[in-house]
Amino acid sequence: MLKLLNWVPLLPFFGFLILTLSSQGFSRLLAPWVGIGSVGISALLVFLIGFEFQHGPMQPYRLVMGSWIAIDGLSIPFGLYLDALSMTMLYVVTGIGLLIHVYSAEFMECDPGYPRFFAYMNLFVSAMLVLVLADNLVLLYLGWEGVGLGSYLLIGFWYEDRDNGYAARKAFVMTRIGDTALALGLLLLYTQLHTFDIQSLMLQAAHQWTPGALIAIVSASLLLGGAVGKSAQLPLQTWLPDAMAGPTPVSALIHAATMVTAGVYLIARTHELFILAPTVQFAVAMIGVVTLLISGCSAIVQTDIKRILAYSTISQIGYMFLALGVGAWSSAIFHLLTHAFFKALLFLAGGAVIFCVHHEHNIFKMGGLRKTMPLTFWSFMIGSAALSALPFTSGFYSKHEILLAAFDNSSVLWAAGCLGAVITGIYSFRLVFVVFFGSQSPVVEKKFGRFMSTPLILLSILALFGGMLHIPLDSVFPAVFYPNHEHPLVSAITVAAPLLGLLIAVLFYLNGTVSAQHLANFKWVEPIRQFLLTGWGIDSLYDSLLVQPFKLIAQHNKNDAIDRPYLGIAWLSRKLHCMASASQTGRVRWYAGSMALGAVVVIAIGLLS
Amino acid sequence: MEQGLLLSAMLFALGLLGVLVRRNLIMILMSLEVMLNATGLAFVVAGSRWGQADGQIMFLLILALAAAEVGVGLGLALHIFHRFATLDADSINEMQG
Amino acid sequence: MTLILFYLTSAVAIFATVMMITRLNAVHSLLFLILSLLAVGIIFFLLGAHFAAVLEVIIYAGAIMVLFVFVIMMLNQGHKTIVQERAWLQPGIWLGPSLLALFLFAELLVIIMLGGSADTGQVVNSKQVGIALYGPYLLAVELASLLLLAGLVGAYHFGKPMLKPKKPGSAS
Repeated sequence: MLKLLNWVPLLPFFGFLILTLSSQGFSRLLAPWVGIGSVGISALLVFLIGFEFQHGPMQPYRLVMGSWIAIDGLSIPFGLYLDALSMTMLYVVTGIGLLIHVYSAEFMECDPGYPRFFAYMNLFVSAMLVLVLADNLVLLYLGWEGVGLGSYLLIGFWYEDRDNGYAARKAFVMTRIGDTALALGLLLLYTQLHTFDIQSLMLQAAHQWTPGALIAIVSASLLLGGAVGKSAQLPLQTWLPDAMAGPTPVSALIHAATMVTAGVYLIARTHELFILAPTVQFAVAMIGVVTLLISGCSAIVQTDIKRILAYSTISQIGYMFLALGVGAWSSAIFHLLTHAFFKALLFLAGGAVIFCVHHEHNIFKMGGLRKTMPLTFWSFMIGSAALSALPFTSGFYSKHEILLAAFDNSSVLWAAGCLGAVITGIYSFRLVFVVFFGSQSPVVEKKFGRFMSTPLILLSILALFGGMLHIPLDSVFPAVFYPNHEHPLVSAITVAAPLLGLLIAVLFYLNGTVSAQHLANFKWVEPIRQFLLTGWGIDSLYDSLLVQPFKLIAQHNKNDAIDRPYLGIAWLSRKLHCMASASQTGRVRWYAGSMALGAVVVIAIGLLS
Repeated sequence: MEQGLLLSAMLFALGLLGVLVRRNLIMILMSLEVMLNATGLAFVVAGSRWGQADGQIMFLLILALAAAEVGVGLGLALHIFHRFATLDADSINEMQG
Repeated sequence: MTLILFYLTSAVAIFATVMMITRLNAVHSLLFLILSLLAVGIIFFLLGAHFAAVLEVIIYAGAIMVLFVFVIMMLNQGHKTIVQERAWLQPGIWLGPSLLALFLFAELLVIIMLGGSADTGQVVNSKQVGIALYGPYLLAVELASLLLLAGLVGAYHFGKPMLKPKKPGSAS
């Protein structure tokens, strides 16, 4: 069964090819079958392989699909590497991918680009699978670029609207910056350690480099740069809110569960390198903490339902980075898993809401949907509870682990994490109360069927009970010993923080005890609100710092020294043309004169030579 | 015998001058005749110098050519006069640009 | 003796040609042209090319110039168009063409001077010309007659009813 591992990324890729290459009408028929089927069979294979893997000795399994580059001393195979970490990622990608594909079969049914959607989704899933299964950095980079491409295609899916194209371009360009750092990092590692294979790299680095060596710091920082771009952390986080321009299933799959977690996966995969560079590891934690606070604050004031969830994703990935930064590797992956469950659930439920209220995104135009959409309401409640890490949900277990590990490292990090948990509680329940409670505003006409409700039910179950999953990641990560792990006061505060957030949200949005309008009466509130609404103004900062100067330079460069000769050639030929046509006067005497002149010149040449 | 050739050259240059200066179509055609005549003179002079009949034969052919050309040319001039109501060579310049 | 005659006749020819290109009256200019042609005919006689001389007088001065006379009469060129000709023949217009003609003449002069001088001309009588014409140059004769046929056909075509007069500048 393990030998069938290579079909796991290949099947969705074949699905993509079939859907792309078949003609319009035929592919419309095929789309749901091929799209869902390829991912479904991959998921089935993953479950079977997982079963066999977990009941065996859990040794890392390698499979080589073929040779990619083989010159002289350099050999880069299409090699797959299966261990507990990639196993976990496989479950996430194929499992949640399958549920989202099933959901989109109904969600995207009326869209004219239905087959194209499934083609791109399959392409994305196969690239992501290549990414998590790659055994060498170059193949990982291939998957990395592939998911970037899939993300671009899917964000700009409704390409007829120019804004969607801009959002897709923005996402692509920002992640490109990270990708460049990653490429530099992997090339640097190769020049120093002469191999691309990840496991050999880690071994050799541990042997040859002392902890804190400059080379380790540089290469780890470059890899971190790549991770920051893909996972939308500071400073490259501004693309994710705009990426909500894509269809909701895309946001659920790419920007909640899989692509944005690629950065976390990368750092986890190369964790030995980060252990060798403690400053960089600390930087990871700092980036995580700052990002989670910034985006959490921004999420409180957003009005678009998907933007709230986007900022929430950035914030939660900040938690994962925090976990990686303090050395709690398994906790980070565990949070990745539970986050995939509840964030996908939230996005799909949000999509159901959008689907039924005629694509209205503003939450203040909705209200009282509790009675008309009960399944969606309960999905949202469960998802938000897990997101806020209310006790006994899956999110609770993972976030609790992270915060306790943070406390062991530094109490400042822990405090920031708890503050973040409060904020998370506020914004997630703000969303629930505004949309589902209160007076009913929009008229709900559309109902959705089994294809959309089944994934919601399944994900709700996972979000509630997923905390009980125990992933055997000890074979991958070094065991960490937490001395202060069971400090009771710290644990109590950690548990209470989200509840505090829930309370604040209840006060503001459910009871109306403290009205948000009341706060708005203070003059200093509105500018703060605007500031938070635009994501702390980072977008306009980048615009004035980077984009405008670039455009200015490009404008000046339009007629630079290199262009001048080419423009000059065009100008010259136009001038010559004018001169030539001026000689065609149409007058006979002029022509006779020119002939005589020619004769004189020719005879003169004949005489003089 | 270069004096004959000299005369021929001079007549040719004068004929060319006439073609370039005059605007009346008939005058241009007449100056063309002068040029043709000058070349015929050159051929005859050459034939006389070498004592061969070839020069005069060439002159005969030039003459035939001139006759045909004048016939057609004057016909064209008549047509132009009837179409444009003028014999100004400079105003008949539609094929320009 | 012949040399003096030659120079005299050449002077007449050149004078006549100069007058021809400067007259405003088309008929006067035509008459000067005839004078020039006759002078050249005499030069042919002096050179001993009797056949050419006769041809010049009969065909060139006789037939071709008559065609010109007819056309000038038909188009009322002459006395009536003196004003028009005066307007067209500005003094400034002589400069460029004169320079061009001068250069051409100078070059021809150089070419002629480069060759050697020769004896006086020999007489080539009509009998010799006739034998050469119907011997080696037979094909040329046929071609000349074809050329004249072409001219004939063209002239016949031109004799058809004229085009309607149109304003200058409009498409035909």
